[in-house]
Amino acid sequence: MTTLRKMVAVELKLFLREPLTVVFALALPLITLFVLGGVFGNTPEAGFYAGVGAMDFYTPAYIGLVLASIGVISIPAHLAGNRERGVLRRFRASSVPAAVVVGSEVAVSLLIALVSGVVLVACALVMYGAAPPQSAWLLMPAFLLSGLVFATLGAMLGTLLPTARAAQAAGMLLWFVMLFLGGAGPPPEVLTGALGWLRHGVPLTYSVGVLQGPWLGTGWNWADAGILAAIGLAAALVTALRFRWE
Amino acid sequence: MPAVVSVEHLHKAYGPVVAVEDVSFAVEDGEIFGLLGPNGAGKTTIVECLQGLRRADGGTLRVLGLDPQTQGRELRGRVGSQLQESALPDRIRVWEALDLFASLTPGAADWRMLMEQWGLAGKGKASFASLSGGQRQRLFVALALVNEPQVVFLDEMTTGLDPAARRVAWELVEAIRARGTTVVLVTHFMDEAERLCDRLAVVDRGRVVAAGSPPGLIDLHAPQRLVRFSTTAPDCDFLYRVPGVEAVTRRGESVEVAGTGPVLALVAAALVERGIVPADLRAERATLEEVFLRLTSHRAGEEEA
Ligand SMILES: Nc1ncnc2c1ncn2[C@@H]1O[C@H](COP(=O)(O)OP(=O)(O)OP(=O)(O)O)[C@@H](O)[C@H]1O
Ligand SMILES: [Mg+2]
Repeated sequence: MTTLRKMVAVELKLFLREPLTVVFALALPLITLFVLGGVFGNTPEAGFYAGVGAMDFYTPAYIGLVLASIGVISIPAHLAGNRERGVLRRFRASSVPAAVVVGSEVAVSLLIALVSGVVLVACALVMYGAAPPQSAWLLMPAFLLSGLVFATLGAMLGTLLPTARAAQAAGMLLWFVMLFLGGAGPPPEVLTGALGWLRHGVPLTYSVGVLQGPWLGTGWNWADAGILAAIGLAAALVTALRFRWE
Repeated sequence: MPAVVSVEHLHKAYGPVVAVEDVSFAVEDGEIFGLLGPNGAGKTTIVECLQGLRRADGGTLRVLGLDPQTQGRELRGRVGSQLQESALPDRIRVWEALDLFASLTPGAADWRMLMEQWGLAGKGKASFASLSGGQRQRLFVALALVNEPQVVFLDEMTTGLDPAARRVAWELVEAIRARGTTVVLVTHFMDEAERLCDRLAVVDRGRVVAAGSPPGLIDLHAPQRLVRFSTTAPDCDFLYRVPGVEAVTRRGESVEVAGTGPVLALVAAALVERGIVPADLRAERATLEEVFLRLTSHRAGEEEA
Protein backbone atom coordinates (compact mmCIF):
# COMPACT_ATOMS: atom_id res chain seq x y z
CA MET A 1 0.00 0.00 0.00
CA THR A 2 2.81 2.38 0.90
CA THR A 3 4.45 1.46 -2.38
CA LEU A 4 1.29 2.11 -4.37
CA ARG A 5 0.92 5.49 -2.67
CA LYS A 6 4.54 6.40 -3.36
CA MET A 7 4.31 5.14 -6.91
CA VAL A 8 1.22 7.26 -7.54
CA ALA A 9 2.98 10.28 -6.03
CA VAL A 10 6.07 9.70 -8.17
CA GLU A 11 4.05 9.09 -11.35
CA LEU A 12 2.06 12.25 -10.70
CA LYS A 13 5.24 14.25 -10.29
CA LEU A 14 6.67 12.69 -13.45
CA PHE A 15 3.52 13.73 -15.27
CA LEU A 16 3.74 17.30 -14.01
CA ARG A 17 7.40 17.49 -15.06
CA GLU A 18 6.45 16.70 -18.65
CA PRO A 19 5.18 20.10 -19.84
CA LEU A 20 3.74 18.81 -23.10
CA THR A 21 1.53 16.20 -21.52
CA VAL A 22 0.24 18.75 -19.03
CA VAL A 23 -0.63 21.13 -21.82
CA PHE A 24 -2.26 18.27 -23.70
CA ALA A 25 -4.38 17.23 -20.73
CA LEU A 26 -5.57 20.78 -20.07
CA ALA A 27 -5.86 21.98 -23.64
CA LEU A 28 -7.62 18.97 -25.06
CA PRO A 29 -10.98 19.63 -23.38
CA LEU A 30 -10.79 23.28 -24.44
CA ILE A 31 -9.92 22.44 -28.03
CA THR A 32 -12.63 19.81 -28.11
CA LEU A 33 -15.18 22.34 -26.95
CA PHE A 34 -13.93 25.03 -29.26
CA VAL A 35 -13.74 22.94 -32.40
CA LEU A 36 -16.57 20.49 -31.96
CA GLY A 37 -18.78 22.67 -29.77
CA GLY A 38 -18.33 25.69 -32.00
CA VAL A 39 -19.73 23.80 -34.97
CA PHE A 40 -23.05 22.81 -33.56
CA GLY A 41 -24.19 25.70 -31.32
CA ASN A 42 -26.79 25.02 -28.64
CA THR A 43 -30.23 25.43 -30.22
CA PRO A 44 -32.51 22.42 -29.85
CA GLU A 45 -33.37 20.97 -33.21
CA ALA A 46 -36.10 18.48 -33.80
CA GLY A 47 -34.79 15.08 -34.80
CA PHE A 48 -31.25 15.63 -33.50
CA TYR A 49 -29.46 15.32 -30.18
CA ALA A 50 -32.40 13.60 -28.51
CA GLY A 51 -34.25 16.88 -28.69
CA VAL A 52 -31.96 18.95 -26.47
CA GLY A 53 -29.41 21.66 -27.40
CA ALA A 54 -26.24 20.41 -29.05
CA MET A 55 -24.02 21.72 -26.26
CA ASP A 56 -26.16 20.10 -23.59
CA PHE A 57 -26.10 16.92 -25.57
CA TYR A 58 -22.38 17.04 -26.24
CA THR A 59 -20.89 18.17 -22.94
CA PRO A 60 -21.21 14.73 -21.32
CA ALA A 61 -19.99 13.19 -24.57
CA TYR A 62 -16.91 15.43 -24.49
CA ILE A 63 -16.25 14.30 -20.95
CA GLY A 64 -16.23 10.76 -22.26
CA LEU A 65 -13.93 11.76 -25.10
CA VAL A 66 -11.45 13.42 -22.76
CA LEU A 67 -11.49 10.43 -20.41
CA ALA A 68 -10.88 8.21 -23.42
CA SER A 69 -7.94 10.29 -24.61
CA ILE A 70 -6.20 10.12 -21.25
CA GLY A 71 -6.86 6.41 -20.97
CA VAL A 72 -6.13 5.09 -24.43
CA ILE A 73 -3.54 7.59 -25.68
CA SER A 74 -1.38 8.37 -22.65
CA ILE A 75 -1.32 5.08 -20.76
CA PRO A 76 -0.37 2.68 -23.58
CA ALA A 77 2.58 4.78 -24.71
CA HIS A 78 3.75 5.26 -21.15
CA LEU A 79 3.46 1.61 -20.14
CA ALA A 80 4.98 0.19 -23.32
CA GLY A 81 7.70 2.85 -23.21
CA ASN A 82 8.64 1.86 -19.68
CA ARG A 83 8.83 -1.73 -20.74
CA GLU A 84 10.88 -0.93 -23.82
CA ARG A 85 13.40 1.12 -21.87
CA GLY A 86 13.90 -1.47 -19.14
CA VAL A 87 12.12 0.47 -16.40
CA LEU A 88 9.71 -2.40 -15.81
CA ARG A 89 12.64 -4.82 -15.59
CA ARG A 90 14.08 -2.66 -12.87
CA PHE A 91 10.76 -2.59 -11.01
CA ARG A 92 10.35 -6.32 -11.31
CA ALA A 93 13.84 -7.06 -10.01
CA SER A 94 12.94 -5.10 -6.89
CA SER A 95 9.67 -7.06 -6.59
CA VAL A 96 7.35 -4.18 -7.35
CA PRO A 97 4.00 -5.96 -7.85
CA ALA A 98 2.48 -5.73 -11.34
CA ALA A 99 -0.69 -4.46 -9.68
CA VAL A 100 1.25 -1.45 -8.38
CA VAL A 101 2.70 -0.70 -11.82
CA VAL A 102 -0.69 -0.85 -13.54
CA GLY A 103 -2.66 0.48 -10.58
CA SER A 104 -0.55 3.62 -10.31
CA GLU A 105 -1.00 4.31 -14.04
CA VAL A 106 -4.75 3.97 -13.67
CA ALA A 107 -4.90 6.06 -10.50
CA VAL A 108 -2.79 8.86 -11.96
CA SER A 109 -4.79 8.97 -15.17
CA LEU A 110 -8.01 9.14 -13.16
CA LEU A 111 -6.65 12.13 -11.26
CA ILE A 112 -5.63 13.84 -14.47
CA ALA A 113 -8.99 12.99 -15.99
CA LEU A 114 -10.72 14.57 -13.05
CA VAL A 115 -8.89 17.84 -13.59
CA SER A 116 -9.50 17.75 -17.33
CA GLY A 117 -13.15 16.93 -16.72
CA VAL A 118 -13.61 19.86 -14.34
CA VAL A 119 -11.94 22.24 -16.81
CA LEU A 120 -14.19 20.99 -19.56
CA VAL A 121 -17.41 21.25 -17.59
CA ALA A 122 -16.53 24.70 -16.29
CA CYS A 123 -15.84 25.98 -19.82
CA ALA A 124 -18.97 24.37 -21.23
CA LEU A 125 -21.11 26.00 -18.56
CA VAL A 126 -19.47 29.41 -18.54
CA MET A 127 -18.41 29.92 -22.16
CA TYR A 128 -21.02 27.94 -24.06
CA GLY A 129 -23.99 28.20 -21.73
CA ALA A 130 -24.58 24.48 -21.48
CA ALA A 131 -27.22 23.41 -19.00
CA PRO A 132 -25.67 22.08 -15.77
CA PRO A 133 -26.04 18.37 -15.02
CA GLN A 134 -29.43 17.27 -13.74
CA SER A 135 -27.91 14.94 -11.23
CA ALA A 136 -24.37 15.79 -10.14
CA TRP A 137 -24.45 12.83 -7.74
CA LEU A 138 -25.11 10.26 -10.40
CA LEU A 139 -22.57 11.93 -12.65
CA MET A 140 -19.76 11.02 -10.22
CA PRO A 141 -20.04 7.25 -10.56
CA ALA A 142 -20.57 7.63 -14.31
CA PHE A 143 -17.36 9.64 -14.51
CA LEU A 144 -15.43 7.18 -12.36
CA LEU A 145 -16.69 4.16 -14.24
CA SER A 146 -15.81 5.68 -17.62
CA GLY A 147 -12.40 6.84 -16.46
CA LEU A 148 -11.61 3.46 -14.96
CA VAL A 149 -12.69 1.54 -18.05
CA PHE A 150 -10.68 3.72 -20.46
CA ALA A 151 -7.63 3.54 -18.19
CA THR A 152 -7.96 -0.24 -18.09
CA LEU A 153 -8.29 -0.35 -21.87
CA GLY A 154 -5.14 1.75 -22.05
CA ALA A 155 -3.34 -0.63 -19.71
CA MET A 156 -4.42 -3.51 -21.93
CA LEU A 157 -3.06 -1.81 -25.06
CA GLY A 158 0.18 -1.00 -23.26
CA THR A 159 0.44 -4.63 -22.22
CA LEU A 160 -0.30 -6.16 -25.60
CA LEU A 161 1.71 -3.83 -27.83
CA PRO A 162 5.45 -4.30 -27.85
CA THR A 163 6.74 -0.77 -28.33
CA ALA A 164 5.82 2.73 -27.25
CA ARG A 165 5.34 3.73 -30.88
CA ALA A 166 3.02 0.85 -31.65
CA ALA A 167 1.08 1.45 -28.45
CA GLN A 168 0.72 5.15 -29.18
CA ALA A 169 -0.41 4.52 -32.74
CA ALA A 170 -2.97 1.94 -31.67
CA GLY A 171 -4.26 4.25 -28.93
CA MET A 172 -4.59 7.15 -31.36
CA LEU A 173 -6.41 5.01 -33.87
CA LEU A 174 -8.86 3.73 -31.30
CA TRP A 175 -9.44 7.27 -30.06
CA PHE A 176 -10.19 8.61 -33.54
CA VAL A 177 -12.52 5.76 -34.32
CA MET A 178 -14.31 6.46 -31.05
CA LEU A 179 -14.40 10.18 -31.80
CA PHE A 180 -16.31 9.54 -35.02
CA LEU A 181 -18.47 6.66 -33.93
CA GLY A 182 -18.88 7.06 -30.19
CA GLY A 183 -21.38 9.88 -30.04
CA ALA A 184 -19.01 12.78 -29.45
CA GLY A 185 -18.67 13.69 -33.12
CA PRO A 186 -21.46 13.23 -35.65
CA PRO A 187 -24.80 12.91 -33.85
CA PRO A 188 -25.89 9.26 -33.54
CA GLU A 189 -28.93 10.03 -35.68
CA VAL A 190 -26.81 10.52 -38.80
CA LEU A 191 -24.85 7.31 -38.30
CA THR A 192 -26.99 4.97 -40.31
CA GLY A 193 -26.42 1.59 -41.90
CA ALA A 194 -23.06 -0.02 -41.22
CA LEU A 195 -21.88 3.00 -39.23
CA GLY A 196 -24.88 2.78 -36.95
CA TRP A 197 -24.06 -0.81 -36.39
CA LEU A 198 -20.33 -0.18 -35.86
CA ARG A 199 -21.23 2.49 -33.33
CA HIS A 200 -22.13 -0.29 -30.93
CA GLY A 201 -18.63 -1.70 -31.17
CA VAL A 202 -16.81 1.23 -29.58
CA PRO A 203 -16.58 1.67 -25.81
CA LEU A 204 -17.11 5.44 -26.00
CA THR A 205 -20.71 4.88 -27.07
CA TYR A 206 -21.49 3.28 -23.72
CA SER A 207 -19.45 5.77 -21.76
CA VAL A 208 -21.41 8.60 -23.41
CA GLY A 209 -24.64 6.77 -22.62
CA VAL A 210 -23.67 6.44 -18.97
CA LEU A 211 -22.60 10.09 -18.71
CA GLN A 212 -25.57 11.54 -20.59
CA GLY A 213 -28.14 9.87 -18.33
CA PRO A 214 -27.32 11.87 -15.21
CA TRP A 215 -26.47 14.97 -17.24
CA LEU A 216 -29.70 15.17 -19.19
CA GLY A 217 -31.79 13.84 -16.32
CA THR A 218 -32.83 10.54 -17.87
CA GLY A 219 -31.40 8.67 -14.94
CA TRP A 220 -28.77 5.96 -14.58
CA ASN A 221 -28.29 3.99 -17.76
CA TRP A 222 -28.03 0.45 -16.46
CA ALA A 223 -27.68 -1.20 -19.84
CA ASP A 224 -24.76 0.98 -20.97
CA ALA A 225 -23.15 0.86 -17.53
CA GLY A 226 -23.30 -2.92 -17.61
CA ILE A 227 -21.69 -3.14 -21.04
CA LEU A 228 -19.04 -0.60 -20.07
CA ALA A 229 -18.22 -2.49 -16.88
CA ALA A 230 -17.99 -5.73 -18.86
CA ILE A 231 -15.53 -4.10 -21.30
CA GLY A 232 -13.49 -2.89 -18.34
CA LEU A 233 -13.45 -6.29 -16.70
CA ALA A 234 -12.45 -8.01 -19.92
CA ALA A 235 -9.62 -5.51 -20.42
CA ALA A 236 -8.50 -5.97 -16.81
CA LEU A 237 -8.50 -9.72 -17.26
CA VAL A 238 -6.44 -9.56 -20.45
CA THR A 239 -4.02 -7.17 -18.74
CA ALA A 240 -3.64 -9.45 -15.74
CA LEU A 241 -3.10 -12.53 -17.89
CA ARG A 242 -0.83 -11.03 -20.48
CA PHE A 243 1.18 -8.52 -18.44
CA ARG A 244 4.83 -8.62 -19.50
CA TRP A 245 7.78 -6.98 -17.81
CA GLU A 246 10.07 -7.11 -20.84
CA MET B 1 24.88 -24.98 6.37
CA PRO B 2 23.49 -25.39 2.84
CA ALA B 3 24.85 -23.14 0.11
CA VAL B 4 23.16 -19.76 -0.23
CA VAL B 5 23.06 -20.11 -3.99
CA SER B 6 23.17 -23.45 -5.73
CA VAL B 7 23.05 -24.12 -9.44
CA GLU B 8 22.88 -27.63 -10.80
CA HIS B 9 23.00 -28.30 -14.52
CA LEU B 10 21.44 -25.03 -15.52
CA HIS B 11 20.48 -24.98 -19.19
CA LYS B 12 18.98 -22.08 -21.08
CA ALA B 13 18.49 -21.41 -24.78
CA TYR B 14 16.92 -18.49 -26.61
CA GLY B 15 15.37 -20.20 -29.59
CA PRO B 16 18.28 -21.73 -31.47
CA VAL B 17 20.92 -19.86 -29.42
CA VAL B 18 22.14 -21.87 -26.47
CA ALA B 19 23.20 -19.27 -23.92
CA VAL B 20 23.90 -21.65 -21.04
CA GLU B 21 24.80 -25.23 -21.91
CA ASP B 22 25.38 -26.86 -18.54
CA VAL B 23 26.44 -24.83 -15.52
CA SER B 24 26.79 -25.93 -11.91
CA PHE B 25 28.26 -24.08 -8.94
CA ALA B 26 27.48 -23.20 -5.36
CA VAL B 27 28.00 -20.02 -3.38
CA GLU B 28 28.59 -20.27 0.36
CA ASP B 29 27.18 -17.95 2.96
CA GLY B 30 29.11 -14.70 3.29
CA GLU B 31 31.39 -15.16 0.32
CA ILE B 32 32.05 -12.98 -2.68
CA PHE B 33 31.66 -15.25 -5.66
CA GLY B 34 32.74 -14.08 -9.10
CA LEU B 35 31.52 -15.02 -12.54
CA LEU B 36 34.07 -14.28 -15.25
CA GLY B 37 33.82 -14.91 -18.94
CA PRO B 38 34.01 -13.35 -22.38
CA ASN B 39 31.11 -11.43 -23.94
CA GLY B 40 28.19 -13.69 -24.64
CA ALA B 41 29.45 -16.45 -22.33
CA GLY B 42 26.11 -16.58 -20.52
CA LYS B 43 26.89 -14.75 -17.26
CA THR B 44 23.93 -12.40 -17.33
CA THR B 45 21.64 -15.27 -18.28
CA ILE B 46 22.85 -17.22 -15.25
CA VAL B 47 22.35 -14.45 -12.71
CA GLU B 48 18.99 -13.45 -14.18
CA CYS B 49 17.77 -17.05 -14.04
CA LEU B 50 18.87 -17.06 -10.40
CA GLN B 51 16.64 -14.07 -9.73
CA GLY B 52 13.71 -15.60 -11.55
CA LEU B 53 13.85 -12.86 -14.19
CA ARG B 54 14.38 -15.45 -16.91
CA ARG B 55 13.01 -18.94 -17.05
CA ALA B 56 15.59 -21.73 -17.03
CA ASP B 57 14.99 -24.56 -19.50
CA GLY B 58 16.61 -27.16 -17.30
CA GLY B 59 18.46 -27.73 -14.06
CA THR B 60 17.85 -27.03 -10.41
CA LEU B 61 18.32 -23.57 -8.94
CA ARG B 62 18.08 -22.56 -5.30
CA VAL B 63 18.69 -19.15 -3.76
CA LEU B 64 18.23 -18.87 0.01
CA GLY B 65 16.41 -22.19 -0.23
CA LEU B 66 13.85 -20.75 -2.67
CA ASP B 67 13.19 -21.81 -6.23
CA PRO B 68 13.51 -18.74 -8.47
CA GLN B 69 11.05 -20.20 -10.99
CA THR B 70 8.14 -20.63 -8.62
CA GLN B 71 9.00 -18.35 -5.70
CA GLY B 72 10.49 -15.48 -7.68
CA ARG B 73 8.49 -12.70 -6.06
CA GLU B 74 9.42 -13.73 -2.55
CA LEU B 75 13.00 -14.29 -3.57
CA ARG B 76 13.38 -10.90 -5.25
CA GLY B 77 12.22 -9.26 -2.04
CA ARG B 78 15.15 -10.84 -0.21
CA VAL B 79 17.94 -10.40 -2.74
CA GLY B 80 19.48 -7.26 -4.13
CA SER B 81 19.88 -6.81 -7.82
CA GLN B 82 21.93 -4.58 -10.05
CA LEU B 83 21.03 -5.51 -13.60
CA GLN B 84 23.37 -5.12 -16.52
CA GLU B 85 20.54 -3.49 -18.47
CA SER B 86 17.72 -1.54 -16.95
CA ALA B 87 16.55 2.02 -16.60
CA LEU B 88 14.45 4.39 -14.56
CA PRO B 89 12.01 6.99 -15.82
CA ASP B 90 13.98 9.94 -17.21
CA ARG B 91 12.51 12.53 -14.93
CA ILE B 92 12.55 10.63 -11.66
CA ARG B 93 14.91 12.14 -9.10
CA VAL B 94 17.58 10.17 -7.31
CA TRP B 95 15.97 10.51 -3.89
CA GLU B 96 12.55 9.63 -5.25
CA ALA B 97 13.85 6.39 -6.73
CA LEU B 98 15.57 5.41 -3.49
CA ASP B 99 12.54 6.37 -1.42
CA LEU B 100 10.21 4.44 -3.72
CA PHE B 101 12.31 1.28 -3.71
CA ALA B 102 12.86 1.51 0.04
CA SER B 103 9.09 1.55 0.55
CA LEU B 104 8.90 -2.00 -0.82
CA THR B 105 10.64 -3.48 2.19
CA PRO B 106 9.63 -3.00 5.79
CA GLY B 107 12.83 -2.22 7.66
CA ALA B 108 14.68 -1.11 4.55
CA ALA B 109 18.09 0.50 4.78
CA ASP B 110 18.34 4.22 5.38
CA TRP B 111 18.48 5.42 1.80
CA ARG B 112 20.02 8.75 2.76
CA MET B 113 23.02 6.87 4.08
CA LEU B 114 23.25 4.77 0.91
CA MET B 115 23.09 7.94 -1.14
CA GLU B 116 26.02 9.27 0.87
CA GLN B 117 28.04 6.04 0.69
CA TRP B 118 27.68 5.68 -3.03
CA GLY B 119 28.72 9.27 -3.70
CA LEU B 120 25.29 10.56 -4.71
CA ALA B 121 24.76 12.93 -1.80
CA GLY B 122 24.96 16.02 -4.01
CA LYS B 123 22.72 14.42 -6.62
CA GLY B 124 19.58 13.75 -4.61
CA LYS B 125 17.52 16.19 -6.62
CA ALA B 126 19.05 15.37 -9.98
CA SER B 127 16.87 13.58 -12.51
CA PHE B 128 17.87 10.12 -13.71
CA ALA B 129 18.33 11.43 -17.26
CA SER B 130 20.83 14.04 -16.10
CA LEU B 131 23.12 11.53 -14.36
CA SER B 132 26.38 10.43 -15.95
CA GLY B 133 26.85 6.74 -16.78
CA GLY B 134 28.89 6.13 -13.65
CA GLN B 135 26.41 7.98 -11.45
CA ARG B 136 23.55 5.88 -12.82
CA GLN B 137 25.55 2.77 -12.14
CA ARG B 138 26.10 3.82 -8.53
CA LEU B 139 22.42 4.60 -8.15
CA PHE B 140 21.57 1.10 -9.36
CA VAL B 141 23.96 -0.44 -6.86
CA ALA B 142 22.46 1.68 -4.09
CA LEU B 143 18.99 0.51 -5.18
CA ALA B 144 20.22 -3.08 -5.05
CA LEU B 145 21.14 -2.61 -1.40
CA VAL B 146 18.18 -0.61 -0.19
CA ASN B 147 16.17 -3.70 0.83
CA GLU B 148 18.96 -4.98 3.14
CA PRO B 149 19.35 -8.10 0.99
CA GLN B 150 20.87 -11.39 2.17
CA VAL B 151 22.34 -11.99 -1.28
CA VAL B 152 23.19 -9.35 -3.83
CA PHE B 153 23.74 -9.90 -7.54
CA LEU B 154 25.99 -7.31 -9.15
CA ASP B 155 26.19 -7.60 -12.94
CA GLU B 156 29.13 -5.49 -14.10
CA MET B 157 28.87 -3.14 -11.17
CA THR B 158 31.96 -1.10 -11.97
CA THR B 159 31.53 -0.81 -15.73
CA GLY B 160 31.56 2.89 -16.47
CA LEU B 161 33.09 3.93 -13.17
CA ASP B 162 36.25 6.02 -13.07
CA PRO B 163 39.27 4.46 -11.32
CA ALA B 164 38.67 6.31 -8.07
CA ALA B 165 34.99 5.39 -8.01
CA ARG B 166 35.90 1.78 -8.75
CA ARG B 167 38.14 1.62 -5.74
CA VAL B 168 35.44 3.14 -3.56
CA ALA B 169 32.99 0.59 -4.95
CA TRP B 170 35.38 -2.27 -4.08
CA GLU B 171 35.65 -1.04 -0.52
CA LEU B 172 31.88 -0.81 -0.29
CA VAL B 173 31.45 -4.34 -1.62
CA GLU B 174 33.91 -5.55 1.02
CA ALA B 175 31.88 -3.64 3.59
CA ILE B 176 28.69 -5.31 2.35
CA ARG B 177 30.29 -8.70 2.77
CA ALA B 178 31.64 -7.78 6.20
CA ARG B 179 28.01 -7.22 7.21
CA GLY B 180 27.26 -10.81 6.27
CA THR B 181 25.73 -10.33 2.82
CA THR B 182 26.68 -12.86 0.17
CA VAL B 183 27.75 -11.27 -3.11
CA VAL B 184 27.57 -12.73 -6.62
CA LEU B 185 29.69 -10.53 -8.83
CA VAL B 186 29.80 -10.60 -12.63
CA THR B 187 32.81 -8.75 -13.91
CA HIS B 188 35.16 -8.24 -16.84
CA PHE B 189 37.89 -6.70 -14.71
CA MET B 190 40.51 -9.19 -13.63
CA ASP B 191 41.97 -6.91 -11.01
CA GLU B 192 38.51 -6.55 -9.53
CA ALA B 193 37.99 -10.30 -9.46
CA GLU B 194 41.44 -10.91 -7.98
CA ARG B 195 40.94 -8.30 -5.33
CA LEU B 196 37.35 -9.07 -4.31
CA CYS B 197 36.42 -12.66 -5.03
CA ASP B 198 36.89 -15.45 -2.53
CA ARG B 199 36.09 -17.89 -5.29
CA LEU B 200 35.12 -17.56 -8.88
CA ALA B 201 33.96 -19.52 -11.87
CA VAL B 202 35.22 -18.85 -15.38
CA VAL B 203 32.33 -19.32 -17.80
CA ASP B 204 32.85 -19.83 -21.50
CA ARG B 205 30.27 -20.71 -24.13
CA GLY B 206 27.73 -21.61 -21.50
CA ARG B 207 29.96 -23.89 -19.43
CA VAL B 208 32.11 -23.48 -16.35
CA VAL B 209 35.64 -24.06 -17.63
CA ALA B 210 37.41 -23.47 -14.31
CA ALA B 211 36.49 -22.68 -10.73
CA GLY B 212 38.38 -21.93 -7.55
CA SER B 213 40.06 -19.15 -5.62
CA PRO B 214 42.04 -16.63 -7.69
CA PRO B 215 45.47 -17.83 -6.40
CA GLY B 216 44.37 -21.44 -6.80
CA LEU B 217 43.35 -20.85 -10.41
CA ILE B 218 46.63 -19.12 -11.17
CA ASP B 219 48.63 -21.99 -9.66
CA LEU B 220 46.67 -24.51 -11.62
CA HIS B 221 46.38 -22.84 -15.00
CA ALA B 222 49.34 -20.49 -15.20
CA PRO B 223 51.97 -21.90 -12.88
CA GLN B 224 54.84 -20.26 -14.76
CA ARG B 225 56.82 -17.59 -13.07
CA LEU B 226 59.14 -15.12 -14.75
CA VAL B 227 62.40 -14.14 -13.12
CA ARG B 228 64.04 -11.00 -14.49
CA PHE B 229 67.37 -9.34 -13.82
CA SER B 230 70.12 -7.54 -15.68
CA THR B 231 73.73 -8.47 -15.87
CA THR B 232 76.83 -7.80 -17.93
CA ALA B 233 77.92 -11.44 -17.67
CA PRO B 234 78.15 -12.75 -21.25
CA ASP B 235 76.80 -16.25 -20.75
CA CYS B 236 73.74 -17.25 -18.78
CA ASP B 237 73.09 -20.68 -20.28
CA PHE B 238 74.14 -22.33 -17.04
CA LEU B 239 70.67 -21.33 -15.77
CA TYR B 240 69.18 -24.11 -17.89
CA ARG B 241 70.61 -26.53 -15.37
CA VAL B 242 68.59 -24.97 -12.53
CA PRO B 243 65.63 -27.27 -11.70
CA GLY B 244 62.32 -25.95 -12.99
CA VAL B 245 63.75 -23.52 -15.53
CA GLU B 246 62.20 -23.86 -18.96
CA ALA B 247 63.50 -20.91 -20.98
CA VAL B 248 66.15 -18.25 -20.74
CA THR B 249 65.91 -15.26 -23.04
CA ARG B 250 68.33 -12.43 -23.21
CA ARG B 251 67.89 -8.94 -24.65
CA GLY B 252 71.01 -6.88 -24.26
CA GLU B 253 71.72 -6.78 -20.56
CA SER B 254 68.32 -7.91 -19.41
CA VAL B 255 67.61 -11.58 -18.89
CA GLU B 256 64.27 -13.30 -18.51
CA VAL B 257 64.00 -16.76 -17.02
CA ALA B 258 60.74 -18.69 -17.26
CA GLY B 259 59.99 -21.69 -15.11
CA THR B 260 57.82 -23.33 -12.51
CA GLY B 261 58.23 -24.07 -8.83
CA PRO B 262 60.54 -22.06 -6.55
CA VAL B 263 62.57 -20.73 -9.46
CA LEU B 264 63.30 -17.35 -7.93
CA ALA B 265 65.23 -18.84 -5.00
CA LEU B 266 67.02 -21.39 -7.15
CA VAL B 267 68.00 -18.89 -9.84
CA ALA B 268 69.21 -16.49 -7.17
CA ALA B 269 71.36 -19.19 -5.61
CA ALA B 270 72.84 -20.17 -8.98
CA LEU B 271 73.64 -16.57 -9.82
CA VAL B 272 75.31 -15.88 -6.48
CA GLU B 273 77.35 -19.03 -6.89
CA ARG B 274 78.79 -17.56 -10.11
CA GLY B 275 79.43 -14.25 -8.47
CA ILE B 276 76.55 -12.51 -10.26
CA VAL B 277 74.54 -10.37 -7.84
CA PRO B 278 72.05 -8.30 -9.82
CA ALA B 279 70.39 -5.50 -7.87
CA ASP B 280 67.14 -5.77 -9.79
CA LEU B 281 66.41 -9.50 -9.45
CA ARG B 282 62.64 -9.99 -9.26
CA ALA B 283 59.96 -12.56 -9.98
CA GLU B 284 56.63 -12.00 -11.68
CA ARG B 285 53.65 -14.24 -11.28
CA ALA B 286 50.98 -14.75 -13.83
CA THR B 287 47.85 -12.76 -13.13
CA LEU B 288 44.26 -13.86 -13.34
CA GLU B 289 44.18 -12.17 -16.72
CA GLU B 290 46.62 -14.70 -18.16
CA VAL B 291 44.56 -17.53 -16.73
CA PHE B 292 41.46 -16.01 -18.23
CA LEU B 293 43.04 -15.56 -21.66
CA ARG B 294 44.49 -19.03 -21.59
CA LEU B 295 41.11 -20.57 -20.78
CA THR B 296 39.05 -18.54 -23.19
CA SER B 297 41.41 -17.29 -25.89
CA HIS B 298 40.42 -19.90 -28.47
CA ARG B 299 38.12 -17.29 -29.89
CA ALA B 300 39.27 -13.96 -28.55
CA GLY B 301 36.82 -11.24 -29.48
CA GLU B 302 34.73 -13.59 -31.57
CA GLU B 303 31.05 -13.90 -30.71
CA GLU B 304 28.86 -16.95 -30.36
CA ALA B 305 28.34 -18.52 -33.78
N1 LIG C 1 16.94 -12.04 -24.61
C1 LIG C 1 17.74 -12.74 -25.43
N2 LIG C 1 17.27 -13.21 -26.60
C2 LIG C 1 18.08 -13.92 -27.43
N3 LIG C 1 19.37 -14.20 -27.19
C3 LIG C 1 19.90 -13.74 -26.05
C4 LIG C 1 19.11 -12.99 -25.12
N4 LIG C 1 19.90 -12.66 -24.06
C5 LIG C 1 21.10 -13.21 -24.33
N5 LIG C 1 21.11 -13.85 -25.51
C6 LIG C 1 22.26 -14.57 -26.10
O1 LIG C 1 22.71 -15.50 -25.14
C7 LIG C 1 24.13 -15.51 -25.07
C8 LIG C 1 24.57 -15.20 -23.65
O2 LIG C 1 24.22 -13.88 -23.32
P1 LIG C 1 24.50 -13.23 -21.91
O3 LIG C 1 23.90 -11.88 -21.92
O4 LIG C 1 24.07 -14.16 -20.84
O5 LIG C 1 26.09 -13.14 -21.93
P2 LIG C 1 27.09 -12.41 -20.92
O6 LIG C 1 28.06 -13.43 -20.48
O7 LIG C 1 26.36 -11.69 -19.86
O8 LIG C 1 27.82 -11.38 -21.90
P3 LIG C 1 28.39 -9.91 -21.62
O9 LIG C 1 29.70 -10.08 -20.97
O10 LIG C 1 28.55 -9.34 -22.99
O11 LIG C 1 27.39 -9.19 -20.77
C9 LIG C 1 24.60 -14.52 -26.12
O12 LIG C 1 24.93 -15.24 -27.28
C10 LIG C 1 23.41 -13.65 -26.37
O13 LIG C 1 23.39 -13.22 -27.71
MG1 LIG D 1 26.20 -9.78 -19.29
